[in-house]
Amino acid sequence: MSTLLQVEDLRVSFPTRTGLVQAVRGVSFSLGKERLGIVGESGSGKSQTGRAIMGLTAEHAQITAKKLDFNGIDLLKVSTAERRAMRGKRIAMILQDPKYSLNPVMTIGRQIVEALRAHEPVGGAEARRRALEMLAAVQIRDPERVFNLYPHEVSGGMGQRAMIAMMLVAGPELLIADEPTSALDVTVQLEVLGILNRLVAERGMGLIFVSHDLRLVSSFCDRVIVMYAGRIVEELPASRLTEAEHPYTRGLLNCMPKIGADRHPLPVLDRKPEWAL
Amino acid sequence: MTSALSIDKLRVAFDEFVALKDVSLEVKPGESFGLVGESGSGKSTLLRAVAGLAPVTGGKVEVNGKPLGAKRDKAFYRQVQMVFQDPYGSLHPRQTVDRLLLEPLDIHGFDDTERRIVRALDEVGLGSSFRFRYSHQLSGGQRQRVAIARALILEPSILLLDEPTSALDASVQAEVLNLLEQVRAARKLTFVMVSHDLAVVTHMCDRLMVMQHGREVELLSSADLAARKVNQDYTRSLLTASEGYRRSA
Ligand SMILES: Nc1ncnc2c1ncn2[C@@H]1O[C@H](COP(=O)(O)OP(=O)(O)OP(=O)(O)O)[C@@H](O)[C@H]1O
Ligand SMILES: Nc1ncnc2c1ncn2[C@@H]1O[C@H](COP(=O)(O)OP(=O)(O)OP(=O)(O)O)[C@@H](O)[C@H]1O
Ligand SMILES: [Mg+2]
Ligand SMILES: [Mg+2]
Repeated sequence: MSTLLQVEDLRVSFPTRTGLVQAVRGVSFSLGKERLGIVGESGSGKSQTGRAIMGLTAEHAQITAKKLDFNGIDLLKVSTAERRAMRGKRIAMILQDPKYSLNPVMTIGRQIVEALRAHEPVGGAEARRRALEMLAAVQIRDPERVFNLYPHEVSGGMGQRAMIAMMLVAGPELLIADEPTSALDVTVQLEVLGILNRLVAERGMGLIFVSHDLRLVSSFCDRVIVMYAGRIVEELPASRLTEAEHPYTRGLLNCMPKIGADRHPLPVLDRKPEWAL
Repeated sequence: MTSALSIDKLRVAFDEFVALKDVSLEVKPGESFGLVGESGSGKSTLLRAVAGLAPVTGGKVEVNGKPLGAKRDKAFYRQVQMVFQDPYGSLHPRQTVDRLLLEPLDIHGFDDTERRIVRALDEVGLGSSFRFRYSHQLSGGQRQRVAIARALILEPSILLLDEPTSALDASVQAEVLNLLEQVRAARKLTFVMVSHDLAVVTHMCDRLMVMQHGREVELLSSADLAARKVNQDYTRSLLTASEGYRRSA
């Protein structure tokens, strides 16, 4: 399998008044045309890892890596202009908070049209047609109506799917999806995963799938990385997630409610300081 | 017994689009009631309509036996509070936790604000060190606890919860769910809770309504859902989808 992305010893830190916050502390992995899952608790550095690859880290942050290579391009060295041209077209990221990431004063449809036309010289009618097609593909029931709505006029899950449509419309080679389906009902969720899956299988897209839904990750992805306090604590085949060995991963699996199980209160994680070493 | 919340043929329309089509339901005092269903089916709209935040065009809503008019008054918000779907948007990022908690107390003219704020923070498991932090300095889970503390601080009898844990990781979700169960028991609260996670809904709720296209699909107990005693194909498809992604090899 050819390698699309190589990450070696990635570090991201934020200088703050109270000292340096080390959000990512030496993350290494490589990605081919496959579905890689990243799980881990809130604040463990999942989004910051994705943002660093995407070139969306906050200005004042420090990023270092021994290697950050996308298809032979050194992402730490490319110019801002080249970065911008790649973003969306070659590497796209579905951001975690759709309501935050969508432009509140532009209709959903226009945002998708603009995302497309930023990368492809298509005419207005053609762009509109493709945007509607994309909305239908992400299972929006009435694309024509939703095309003309503003972000505050759509439901949580519709906003999330609009964001997905916007990121897929230009056909990226690498997609970083940060909690892309957290606001979707389970049937729509599976349909959206089906779309992502086809893009990986048929078009050879590489997919980094960040999620806190362990059941979903283990059923959907090929491999899973488990992060804790800015580091990778475990990596394993997704189908064997339930056999994870790290006590953190095991704890995460154990604290999820299950249909038909009657556990009140739910077990919670007893975090050990040595996990963060 | 009077219902805590009684909704009769509630209808909500945004211009010509009807988002909620004559939905009825009764929630008993102290009950925990769940809403699940398709994205865009009107779950948030239903909660928002009860809270007076959606354009109701028909039907009746009663809280503790009292019919609600077009406008919600202050007394209403003492009884009914809502935790919104999106934990990032629902708290003002440039306000401290202290301000966020003080605001509802001020509006309702409480004087023992100090004691109430300390108690509210304690109740949601946030130490006093969080009191003067800005909400943008909190993690998603901490922010959601603040949102819950803010809803609880007026001591409502009914809590409307819109996807209270869908943005949280599994460990924080477990903590927030335990917290909600604990305050419900301690204060005999009534919950109406939206979640797309059937495991979360069956864990938290006694009964639930399945929704699609702005309508009720079916009403059933969590026990029946868990035992797969369901009547509608849509509910069945939700149960199947809950098992995870199926690789078609
Ligand atoms: N601008 C910033 N200044 C200081 N610290 C920051 C900043 N942005 C992020 N961090 C910190 O970096 C760490 C990693 O954050 P990140 O968003 O990657 O977490 P995450 O794993 O995506 O969590 P979640 O599941 O909640 O989305 C957190 O501790 C966070 O507080
Ligand atoms: N302000 C508005 N203007 C126009 N349409 C609206 C408005 N608010 C909601 N709607 C529409 O009402 C429908 C129901 O939305 P609602 O937010 O209740 O769905 P939901 O069941 O909560 O979905 P989700 O699970 O995705 O959060 C959607 O089709 C949405 O576009
Ligand atoms: Mg994140
Ligand atoms: Mg909603």
